[in-house]
Amino acid sequence: MSEINSNLFFLFKNMPLLLNATLTAILLTFASIFIGMAIGIIITFLRIYGSKITKKIVFAYEWVLKGTPPLIVIFIFYFGLGKYLNLGPFLSAALALGLRSSAYQAQIYRGAVLSITSEQTEAGLSLGLSRAKTFMIIIIPQALRLSLPGFTNEFTIVLKDTPLAYAVGLVEILKAGRDILNQPLTQSITGSDITGTLNPFAIFLVCALLYFLLFEVFSYLLHFLSKKYEIPGFVTDKETK
Amino acid sequence: MEENLLIIENIEKAFGSQKVLDGVSFKLNKGDVKVIVGPSGTGKSTLLRCINLLNPPDKGRIYLQNTEITQLPHSKIPSIRQKIGMVFQHFALFNHLSAIDNVALGLIKVKKMNKTDAYEKAMFELKRVGLDQHKDKYPAQLSGGQKQRVGIARALAMDPLLILFDEPTSALDPELIGEVLQVMQNLAKEGMTMICVTHEMGFAKSVANEVIFMEKGKIVEQGPPLKLFTEATHPRTREFLSKISELYGESEKK
Repeated sequence: MSEINSNLFFLFKNMPLLLNATLTAILLTFASIFIGMAIGIIITFLRIYGSKITKKIVFAYEWVLKGTPPLIVIFIFYFGLGKYLNLGPFLSAALALGLRSSAYQAQIYRGAVLSITSEQTEAGLSLGLSRAKTFMIIIIPQALRLSLPGFTNEFTIVLKDTPLAYAVGLVEILKAGRDILNQPLTQSITGSDITGTLNPFAIFLVCALLYFLLFEVFSYLLHFLSKKYEIPGFVTDKETK
Repeated sequence: MEENLLIIENIEKAFGSQKVLDGVSFKLNKGDVKVIVGPSGTGKSTLLRCINLLNPPDKGRIYLQNTEITQLPHSKIPSIRQKIGMVFQHFALFNHLSAIDNVALGLIKVKKMNKTDAYEKAMFELKRVGLDQHKDKYPAQLSGGQKQRVGIARALAMDPLLILFDEPTSALDPELIGEVLQVMQNLAKEGMTMICVTHEMGFAKSVANEVIFMEKGKIVEQGPPLKLFTEATHPRTREFLSKISELYGESEKK
Protein backbone atom coordinates (compact mmCIF):
# COMPACT_ATOMS: atom_id res chain seq x y z
CA MET A 1 0.00 0.00 0.00
CA SER A 2 2.66 2.42 0.97
CA GLU A 3 4.62 1.51 -2.15
CA ILE A 4 1.72 2.42 -4.39
CA ASN A 5 1.31 5.65 -2.50
CA SER A 6 4.94 6.55 -2.95
CA ASN A 7 4.79 5.79 -6.67
CA LEU A 8 1.68 7.90 -7.14
CA PHE A 9 3.19 10.71 -5.13
CA PHE A 10 6.29 10.55 -7.29
CA LEU A 11 4.38 10.64 -10.49
CA PHE A 12 2.30 13.53 -9.34
CA LYS A 13 5.33 15.46 -8.25
CA ASN A 14 7.05 14.82 -11.57
CA MET A 15 4.04 15.67 -13.70
CA PRO A 16 5.59 18.86 -15.15
CA LEU A 17 8.67 16.91 -16.22
CA LEU A 18 6.55 14.24 -17.88
CA LEU A 19 4.34 16.77 -19.63
CA ASN A 20 7.34 18.68 -20.94
CA ALA A 21 8.82 15.44 -22.16
CA THR A 22 5.55 14.57 -23.89
CA LEU A 23 5.56 17.94 -25.60
CA THR A 24 9.14 17.33 -26.75
CA ALA A 25 8.12 13.94 -28.16
CA ILE A 26 5.23 15.54 -30.07
CA LEU A 27 7.44 18.31 -31.45
CA LEU A 28 10.11 15.83 -32.48
CA THR A 29 7.49 13.71 -34.26
CA PHE A 30 6.11 16.71 -36.11
CA ALA A 31 9.54 18.02 -37.07
CA SER A 32 10.63 14.61 -38.36
CA ILE A 33 7.42 14.01 -40.25
CA PHE A 34 7.57 17.48 -41.78
CA ILE A 35 11.19 17.03 -42.91
CA GLY A 36 10.26 13.59 -44.22
CA MET A 37 7.28 14.98 -46.12
CA ALA A 38 9.17 17.85 -47.77
CA ILE A 39 12.04 15.63 -48.88
CA GLY A 40 9.72 12.70 -49.60
CA ILE A 41 7.64 14.73 -52.07
CA ILE A 42 10.75 15.92 -53.91
CA ILE A 43 12.05 12.37 -54.03
CA THR A 44 8.74 11.09 -55.35
CA PHE A 45 8.88 13.65 -58.16
CA LEU A 46 12.47 12.74 -59.04
CA ARG A 47 11.80 9.02 -58.86
CA ILE A 48 8.97 9.35 -61.38
CA TYR A 49 10.03 12.19 -63.68
CA GLY A 50 13.80 12.43 -63.18
CA SER A 51 16.45 11.49 -65.70
CA LYS A 52 17.92 8.00 -65.55
CA ILE A 53 20.83 9.15 -63.41
CA THR A 54 18.63 11.13 -61.03
CA LYS A 55 16.40 8.11 -60.60
CA LYS A 56 19.38 5.97 -59.68
CA ILE A 57 20.72 8.49 -57.18
CA VAL A 58 17.32 8.83 -55.55
CA PHE A 59 16.90 5.09 -55.48
CA ALA A 60 20.28 4.74 -53.73
CA TYR A 61 19.26 7.40 -51.20
CA GLU A 62 16.09 5.51 -50.32
CA TRP A 63 17.90 2.21 -50.24
CA VAL A 64 20.63 3.42 -47.86
CA LEU A 65 18.21 5.11 -45.47
CA LYS A 66 15.86 2.16 -45.33
CA GLY A 67 18.78 -0.14 -44.64
CA THR A 68 20.39 1.82 -41.81
CA PRO A 69 19.22 1.66 -38.19
CA PRO A 70 17.88 5.12 -37.32
CA LEU A 71 19.92 5.21 -34.11
CA ILE A 72 23.11 5.11 -36.15
CA VAL A 73 21.87 7.98 -38.31
CA ILE A 74 21.12 9.96 -35.15
CA PHE A 75 24.67 9.30 -33.94
CA ILE A 76 26.10 10.34 -37.29
CA PHE A 77 24.30 13.67 -37.02
CA TYR A 78 24.97 14.23 -33.32
CA PHE A 79 28.49 12.86 -32.85
CA GLY A 80 29.75 12.63 -36.44
CA LEU A 81 28.63 16.03 -37.68
CA GLY A 82 28.92 17.32 -34.13
CA LYS A 83 32.65 17.72 -34.64
CA TYR A 84 31.99 20.48 -37.16
CA LEU A 85 28.51 21.66 -36.47
CA ASN A 86 26.72 21.52 -33.18
CA LEU A 87 23.19 20.51 -34.08
CA GLY A 88 22.10 19.59 -30.58
CA PRO A 89 20.08 16.51 -29.66
CA PHE A 90 16.69 17.69 -30.92
CA LEU A 91 17.80 18.75 -34.39
CA SER A 92 20.06 15.71 -34.82
CA ALA A 93 17.19 13.39 -33.99
CA ALA A 94 14.70 15.33 -36.11
CA LEU A 95 16.99 15.24 -39.15
CA ALA A 96 17.84 11.58 -38.71
CA LEU A 97 14.26 10.44 -38.19
CA GLY A 98 13.11 12.87 -40.89
CA LEU A 99 15.51 11.53 -43.52
CA ARG A 100 14.62 7.97 -42.69
CA SER A 101 10.93 8.86 -42.88
CA SER A 102 11.45 10.64 -46.24
CA ALA A 103 12.47 7.32 -47.78
CA TYR A 104 9.33 5.61 -46.48
CA GLN A 105 7.03 8.52 -47.22
CA ALA A 106 8.37 8.66 -50.79
CA GLN A 107 7.41 5.04 -51.16
CA ILE A 108 3.89 5.75 -49.90
CA TYR A 109 3.42 8.80 -52.15
CA ARG A 110 4.85 7.09 -55.21
CA GLY A 111 2.19 4.41 -55.10
CA ALA A 112 -0.53 7.05 -54.80
CA VAL A 113 0.91 9.26 -57.56
CA LEU A 114 1.13 6.33 -59.95
CA SER A 115 -2.50 5.46 -59.26
CA ILE A 116 -3.62 8.88 -60.54
CA THR A 117 -4.24 8.77 -64.28
CA SER A 118 -1.49 10.20 -66.47
CA GLU A 119 -4.23 11.99 -68.42
CA GLN A 120 -4.58 14.43 -65.51
CA THR A 121 -0.88 15.26 -65.77
CA GLU A 122 -1.31 15.77 -69.50
CA ALA A 123 -4.33 17.97 -68.89
CA GLY A 124 -2.26 20.11 -66.53
CA LEU A 125 0.58 20.35 -69.04
CA SER A 126 -1.90 21.20 -71.80
CA LEU A 127 -3.10 24.20 -69.83
CA GLY A 128 0.46 25.50 -69.85
CA LEU A 129 1.56 24.43 -66.38
CA SER A 130 5.12 23.21 -65.99
CA ARG A 131 5.70 19.61 -64.99
CA ALA A 132 6.69 20.60 -61.45
CA LYS A 133 3.63 22.84 -61.04
CA THR A 134 1.33 20.15 -62.43
CA PHE A 135 2.79 17.79 -59.88
CA MET A 136 2.38 20.18 -56.95
CA ILE A 137 -1.03 21.63 -57.88
CA ILE A 138 -2.82 18.64 -59.37
CA ILE A 139 -1.12 15.39 -58.48
CA ILE A 140 0.14 15.91 -54.93
CA PRO A 141 -3.17 17.15 -53.43
CA GLN A 142 -4.81 13.96 -54.67
CA ALA A 143 -1.86 11.72 -53.85
CA LEU A 144 -1.70 12.98 -50.26
CA ARG A 145 -5.37 12.16 -49.78
CA LEU A 146 -4.87 8.68 -51.15
CA SER A 147 -1.75 8.29 -49.00
CA LEU A 148 -3.45 9.03 -45.69
CA PRO A 149 -3.75 5.42 -44.47
CA GLY A 150 -0.07 4.74 -45.19
CA PHE A 151 0.88 8.13 -43.85
CA THR A 152 -0.95 7.51 -40.57
CA ASN A 153 1.05 4.33 -40.20
CA GLU A 154 4.32 6.14 -40.90
CA PHE A 155 3.38 8.90 -38.45
CA THR A 156 2.89 6.45 -35.62
CA ILE A 157 6.16 4.68 -36.46
CA VAL A 158 8.05 7.96 -36.21
CA LEU A 159 6.24 8.75 -32.96
CA LYS A 160 7.28 5.44 -31.50
CA ASP A 161 10.88 5.93 -32.66
CA THR A 162 11.31 9.23 -30.83
CA PRO A 163 12.70 7.46 -27.69
CA LEU A 164 15.83 6.84 -29.77
CA ALA A 165 16.72 10.47 -29.11
CA TYR A 166 17.24 9.42 -25.49
CA ALA A 167 20.61 8.10 -26.65
CA VAL A 168 21.84 11.61 -27.38
CA GLY A 169 20.37 13.06 -24.21
CA LEU A 170 17.11 14.57 -25.39
CA VAL A 171 14.60 14.65 -22.55
CA GLU A 172 11.71 12.90 -24.21
CA ILE A 173 9.25 10.61 -22.43
CA LEU A 174 11.56 7.66 -21.86
CA LYS A 175 14.44 9.81 -20.62
CA ALA A 176 12.07 11.60 -18.29
CA GLY A 177 11.03 8.23 -16.91
CA ARG A 178 14.62 7.24 -16.28
CA ASP A 179 15.33 10.56 -14.60
CA ILE A 180 12.39 10.18 -12.28
CA LEU A 181 13.53 6.70 -11.40
CA ASN A 182 17.02 7.97 -10.60
CA GLN A 183 15.84 10.53 -8.09
CA PRO A 184 16.74 9.51 -4.55
CA LEU A 185 13.60 8.81 -2.56
CA THR A 186 14.68 10.61 0.58
CA GLN A 187 15.43 13.81 -1.24
CA SER A 188 12.12 13.84 -3.00
CA ILE A 189 9.85 13.03 -0.12
CA THR A 190 11.35 14.85 2.76
CA GLY A 191 9.43 14.73 5.96
CA SER A 192 7.51 11.72 4.85
CA ASP A 193 7.66 8.37 6.53
CA ILE A 194 7.40 6.46 3.28
CA THR A 195 10.39 4.31 2.57
CA GLY A 196 11.24 1.64 0.01
CA THR A 197 12.34 1.72 -3.58
CA LEU A 198 10.42 3.25 -6.43
CA ASN A 199 8.90 0.63 -8.69
CA PRO A 200 10.34 0.82 -12.26
CA PHE A 201 7.23 -0.94 -13.44
CA ALA A 202 5.02 1.97 -12.54
CA ILE A 203 7.21 4.56 -14.24
CA PHE A 204 7.69 2.67 -17.47
CA LEU A 205 4.05 1.71 -17.65
CA VAL A 206 3.20 5.38 -17.40
CA CYS A 207 5.69 6.12 -20.19
CA ALA A 208 4.11 3.42 -22.34
CA LEU A 209 0.67 4.76 -21.55
CA LEU A 210 1.69 8.25 -22.65
CA TYR A 211 2.87 6.93 -26.03
CA PHE A 212 -0.28 4.93 -26.37
CA LEU A 213 -2.40 8.01 -25.66
CA LEU A 214 -0.48 10.02 -28.26
CA PHE A 215 -0.89 7.18 -30.72
CA GLU A 216 -4.64 7.13 -30.15
CA VAL A 217 -5.04 10.90 -30.39
CA PHE A 218 -3.06 11.24 -33.59
CA SER A 219 -4.62 8.21 -35.25
CA TYR A 220 -7.99 9.74 -34.53
CA LEU A 221 -6.94 13.18 -35.80
CA LEU A 222 -5.54 11.76 -39.04
CA HIS A 223 -8.64 9.71 -39.57
CA PHE A 224 -10.68 12.87 -39.00
CA LEU A 225 -8.52 14.69 -41.57
CA SER A 226 -9.02 11.96 -44.14
CA LYS A 227 -12.80 12.28 -43.71
CA LYS A 228 -12.66 16.05 -43.86
CA TYR A 229 -10.62 16.15 -47.08
CA GLU A 230 -12.44 13.34 -48.79
CA ILE A 231 -13.24 14.25 -52.39
CA PRO A 232 -17.05 14.36 -52.71
CA GLY A 233 -18.42 11.43 -54.65
CA PHE A 234 -14.97 10.00 -55.19
CA VAL A 235 -14.61 6.26 -54.65
CA THR A 236 -11.11 4.98 -54.04
CA ASP A 237 -11.47 1.81 -56.01
CA LYS A 238 -12.25 3.65 -59.20
CA GLU A 239 -14.51 2.25 -61.79
CA THR A 240 -14.05 3.71 -65.24
CA LYS A 241 -16.79 3.72 -67.74
CA MET B 1 3.69 33.60 -96.99
CA GLU B 2 0.01 32.99 -96.45
CA GLU B 3 -1.51 33.34 -93.04
CA ASN B 4 -2.05 29.78 -91.88
CA LEU B 5 -2.78 29.36 -88.20
CA LEU B 6 -1.09 25.98 -88.07
CA ILE B 7 1.20 24.27 -90.56
CA ILE B 8 2.26 20.70 -90.10
CA GLU B 9 5.14 19.65 -92.29
CA ASN B 10 6.07 16.08 -92.82
CA ILE B 11 6.12 15.00 -89.19
CA GLU B 12 7.30 11.59 -88.10
CA LYS B 13 7.07 9.95 -84.75
CA ALA B 14 8.16 6.53 -83.55
CA PHE B 15 7.77 4.81 -80.21
CA GLY B 16 10.69 2.44 -80.03
CA SER B 17 10.81 0.60 -83.32
CA GLN B 18 7.12 1.26 -83.96
CA LYS B 19 6.62 4.06 -86.44
CA VAL B 20 3.36 5.78 -85.55
CA LEU B 21 3.46 8.82 -87.80
CA ASP B 22 5.15 8.60 -91.16
CA GLY B 23 5.25 11.95 -92.87
CA VAL B 24 2.02 13.77 -92.11
CA SER B 25 1.44 17.27 -93.46
CA PHE B 26 -1.55 19.61 -93.48
CA LYS B 27 -2.49 23.21 -92.96
CA LEU B 28 -5.13 24.84 -90.86
CA ASN B 29 -6.67 28.29 -91.21
CA LYS B 30 -8.40 30.27 -88.54
CA GLY B 31 -11.95 28.98 -88.11
CA ASP B 32 -11.25 25.66 -89.79
CA VAL B 33 -12.76 22.49 -88.40
CA LYS B 34 -10.83 19.39 -89.39
CA VAL B 35 -12.00 15.90 -88.56
CA ILE B 36 -9.47 13.09 -88.51
CA VAL B 37 -10.74 9.56 -88.93
CA GLY B 38 -9.08 6.21 -89.34
CA PRO B 39 -8.70 2.77 -87.79
CA SER B 40 -7.38 2.59 -84.25
CA GLY B 41 -3.63 2.60 -83.89
CA THR B 42 -2.99 4.74 -86.94
CA GLY B 43 -1.51 7.64 -85.04
CA LYS B 44 -4.49 10.00 -84.85
CA SER B 45 -4.07 10.69 -81.14
CA THR B 46 -0.31 10.83 -81.50
CA LEU B 47 -0.74 13.48 -84.16
CA LEU B 48 -2.72 15.66 -81.74
CA ARG B 49 -0.15 15.06 -79.02
CA CYS B 50 2.60 16.10 -81.41
CA ILE B 51 0.82 19.37 -82.06
CA ASN B 52 0.70 20.41 -78.41
CA LEU B 53 4.13 18.91 -77.82
CA LEU B 54 3.05 16.31 -75.27
CA ASN B 55 4.91 13.91 -77.58
CA PRO B 56 7.12 16.15 -79.72
CA PRO B 57 7.67 14.74 -83.22
CA ASP B 58 10.97 13.09 -84.11
CA LYS B 59 11.16 14.74 -87.52
CA GLY B 60 9.32 17.44 -89.40
CA ARG B 61 8.18 20.89 -88.38
CA ILE B 62 5.11 22.46 -86.88
CA TYR B 63 4.40 26.17 -87.21
CA LEU B 64 1.89 27.99 -85.06
CA GLN B 65 1.10 31.47 -86.41
CA ASN B 66 4.19 31.18 -88.61
CA THR B 67 6.49 30.47 -85.69
CA GLU B 68 8.16 27.12 -85.58
CA ILE B 69 7.32 25.37 -82.32
CA THR B 70 9.18 22.10 -82.88
CA GLN B 71 12.65 23.48 -82.11
CA LEU B 72 11.81 25.45 -78.99
CA PRO B 73 13.74 25.11 -75.73
CA HIS B 74 11.88 23.28 -72.97
CA SER B 75 11.18 26.47 -71.05
CA LYS B 76 9.12 27.91 -73.93
CA ILE B 77 6.88 24.89 -74.37
CA PRO B 78 4.30 25.77 -71.66
CA SER B 79 3.60 29.11 -73.32
CA ILE B 80 2.80 27.26 -76.57
CA ARG B 81 0.58 24.71 -74.87
CA GLN B 82 -1.33 27.56 -73.28
CA LYS B 83 -2.47 28.60 -76.75
CA ILE B 84 -3.62 25.13 -77.77
CA GLY B 85 -6.61 23.65 -75.97
CA MET B 86 -6.93 19.92 -75.50
CA VAL B 87 -10.00 17.83 -74.77
CA PHE B 88 -9.33 14.27 -73.70
CA GLN B 89 -11.04 10.98 -74.39
CA HIS B 90 -11.40 10.18 -70.69
CA PHE B 91 -12.07 13.83 -69.73
CA ALA B 92 -8.98 14.11 -67.52
CA LEU B 93 -10.71 16.43 -65.07
CA PHE B 94 -8.85 17.21 -61.89
CA ASN B 95 -10.68 14.94 -59.47
CA HIS B 96 -10.02 16.97 -56.33
CA LEU B 97 -11.48 20.17 -57.75
CA SER B 98 -15.08 21.23 -58.35
CA ALA B 99 -16.25 21.95 -61.90
CA ILE B 100 -15.66 25.69 -61.59
CA ASP B 101 -12.24 25.19 -59.99
CA ASN B 102 -11.29 22.90 -62.85
CA VAL B 103 -12.10 25.66 -65.29
CA ALA B 104 -10.54 28.47 -63.25
CA LEU B 105 -7.28 26.70 -62.46
CA GLY B 106 -5.49 27.56 -65.69
CA LEU B 107 -6.62 31.16 -65.45
CA ILE B 108 -5.28 31.56 -61.93
CA LYS B 109 -2.12 29.48 -62.09
CA VAL B 110 -1.07 30.00 -65.69
CA LYS B 111 -2.59 33.30 -66.76
CA LYS B 112 -2.14 34.74 -63.26
CA MET B 113 -5.59 36.29 -63.38
CA ASN B 114 -6.96 37.51 -60.07
CA LYS B 115 -9.50 35.19 -58.50
CA THR B 116 -12.59 37.34 -59.00
CA ASP B 117 -11.97 37.72 -62.72
CA ALA B 118 -10.96 34.09 -63.08
CA TYR B 119 -14.16 32.79 -61.48
CA GLU B 120 -16.25 35.20 -63.50
CA LYS B 121 -14.62 33.93 -66.70
CA ALA B 122 -14.93 30.30 -65.54
CA MET B 123 -18.61 30.87 -64.83
CA PHE B 124 -19.07 32.33 -68.31
CA GLU B 125 -17.46 29.25 -69.89
CA LEU B 126 -19.55 26.87 -67.78
CA LYS B 127 -22.66 28.70 -68.94
CA ARG B 128 -21.47 28.33 -72.50
CA VAL B 129 -21.47 24.55 -72.14
CA GLY B 130 -24.71 24.60 -70.14
CA LEU B 131 -23.29 23.60 -66.77
CA ASP B 132 -23.57 26.73 -64.65
CA GLN B 133 -26.05 24.86 -62.43
CA HIS B 134 -23.41 22.27 -61.61
CA LYS B 135 -20.47 24.54 -60.93
CA ASP B 136 -19.85 23.26 -57.40
CA LYS B 137 -20.05 19.57 -58.20
CA TYR B 138 -16.96 17.43 -58.23
CA PRO B 139 -16.04 15.29 -61.25
CA ALA B 140 -17.16 12.12 -59.47
CA GLN B 141 -20.62 13.67 -59.08
CA LEU B 142 -21.06 14.46 -62.79
CA SER B 143 -22.17 12.25 -65.65
CA GLY B 144 -19.75 11.44 -68.46
CA GLY B 145 -21.30 13.99 -70.78
CA GLN B 146 -21.18 16.68 -68.10
CA LYS B 147 -17.54 15.85 -67.35
CA GLN B 148 -16.62 16.22 -70.97
CA ARG B 149 -18.41 19.54 -71.17
CA VAL B 150 -16.41 20.74 -68.16
CA GLY B 151 -13.33 19.55 -70.05
CA ILE B 152 -14.36 21.68 -73.01
CA ALA B 153 -15.06 24.69 -70.78
CA ARG B 154 -11.63 24.26 -69.20
CA ALA B 155 -9.99 24.39 -72.63
CA LEU B 156 -12.15 27.34 -73.73
CA ALA B 157 -11.33 29.41 -70.67
CA MET B 158 -7.74 29.78 -71.80
CA ASP B 159 -8.91 31.51 -75.01
CA PRO B 160 -6.89 29.14 -77.16
CA LEU B 161 -6.03 29.67 -80.82
CA LEU B 162 -7.33 26.21 -81.54
CA ILE B 163 -8.69 23.22 -79.65
CA LEU B 164 -7.67 19.61 -80.18
CA PHE B 165 -10.36 17.01 -79.46
CA ASP B 166 -9.06 13.49 -78.88
CA GLU B 167 -12.06 11.17 -79.36
CA PRO B 168 -14.19 13.33 -77.07
CA THR B 169 -17.27 11.12 -77.25
CA SER B 170 -15.90 7.62 -77.53
CA ALA B 171 -15.88 7.02 -73.77
CA LEU B 172 -19.49 8.15 -73.38
CA ASP B 173 -22.71 6.22 -73.10
CA PRO B 174 -24.67 6.63 -76.34
CA GLU B 175 -27.37 8.82 -74.79
CA LEU B 176 -24.77 11.29 -73.53
CA ILE B 177 -22.96 11.81 -76.83
CA GLY B 178 -25.52 14.27 -78.16
CA GLU B 179 -24.99 16.93 -75.50
CA VAL B 180 -21.24 16.98 -76.10
CA LEU B 181 -21.58 17.08 -79.88
CA GLN B 182 -24.07 19.92 -79.54
CA VAL B 183 -21.52 21.98 -77.62
CA MET B 184 -18.83 21.20 -80.19
CA GLN B 185 -21.14 22.12 -83.03
CA ASN B 186 -21.93 25.45 -81.41
CA LEU B 187 -18.25 26.17 -80.99
CA ALA B 188 -17.59 25.37 -84.62
CA LYS B 189 -20.37 27.73 -85.65
CA GLU B 190 -18.93 30.46 -83.43
CA GLY B 191 -15.74 30.18 -85.47
CA MET B 192 -13.52 28.21 -83.11
CA THR B 193 -10.64 26.49 -84.88
CA MET B 194 -10.76 22.78 -84.13
CA ILE B 195 -9.04 19.52 -84.95
CA CYS B 196 -11.20 16.58 -83.92
CA VAL B 197 -10.30 12.95 -83.87
CA THR B 198 -13.76 11.43 -83.90
CA HIS B 199 -15.89 8.89 -85.64
CA GLU B 200 -19.04 10.96 -85.34
CA MET B 201 -19.74 11.33 -89.04
CA GLY B 202 -22.84 13.42 -88.49
CA PHE B 203 -20.67 15.98 -86.74
CA ALA B 204 -18.14 15.82 -89.57
CA LYS B 205 -20.85 16.34 -92.18
CA SER B 206 -22.47 19.25 -90.43
CA VAL B 207 -19.48 21.36 -89.42
CA ALA B 208 -16.16 20.07 -90.76
CA ASN B 209 -14.63 21.77 -93.75
CA GLU B 210 -12.23 18.92 -94.22
CA VAL B 211 -12.06 15.27 -93.30
CA ILE B 212 -8.70 13.54 -93.17
CA PHE B 213 -8.56 9.78 -93.45
CA MET B 214 -5.42 8.33 -91.89
CA GLU B 215 -4.06 4.83 -91.93
CA LYS B 216 -0.73 3.40 -90.74
CA GLY B 217 0.70 6.78 -89.87
CA LYS B 218 -0.09 8.39 -93.21
CA ILE B 219 -2.83 10.54 -94.66
CA VAL B 220 -4.56 8.37 -97.22
CA GLU B 221 -7.07 10.91 -98.40
CA GLN B 222 -8.43 14.29 -97.42
CA GLY B 223 -11.15 16.55 -98.64
CA PRO B 224 -14.51 18.19 -97.86
CA PRO B 225 -16.77 15.75 -96.00
CA LEU B 226 -19.42 15.41 -98.70
CA LYS B 227 -16.85 14.69 -101.35
CA LEU B 228 -15.12 12.12 -99.18
CA PHE B 229 -18.35 10.41 -98.22
CA THR B 230 -19.75 10.20 -101.72
CA GLU B 231 -16.83 9.99 -104.09
CA ALA B 232 -13.74 8.90 -102.23
CA THR B 233 -11.01 7.94 -104.66
CA HIS B 234 -9.19 5.50 -102.45
CA PRO B 235 -10.90 2.12 -101.89
CA ARG B 236 -9.71 1.95 -98.27
CA THR B 237 -11.35 5.29 -97.55
CA ARG B 238 -14.66 4.12 -98.99
CA GLU B 239 -14.53 0.85 -97.11
CA PHE B 240 -13.71 2.52 -93.81
CA LEU B 241 -16.22 5.35 -94.13
CA SER B 242 -19.08 3.05 -95.05
CA LYS B 243 -18.28 0.86 -92.05
CA ILE B 244 -18.20 3.88 -89.78
CA SER B 245 -21.45 5.28 -91.15
CA GLU B 246 -23.11 1.96 -90.53
CA LEU B 247 -21.96 1.90 -86.91
CA TYR B 248 -22.48 5.52 -86.04
CA GLY B 249 -25.16 6.40 -88.58
CA GLU B 250 -28.11 6.39 -86.21
CA SER B 251 -26.93 8.74 -83.50
CA GLU B 252 -26.33 11.59 -85.92
CA LYS B 253 -29.71 12.07 -87.45
CA LYS B 254 -30.97 14.12 -84.52
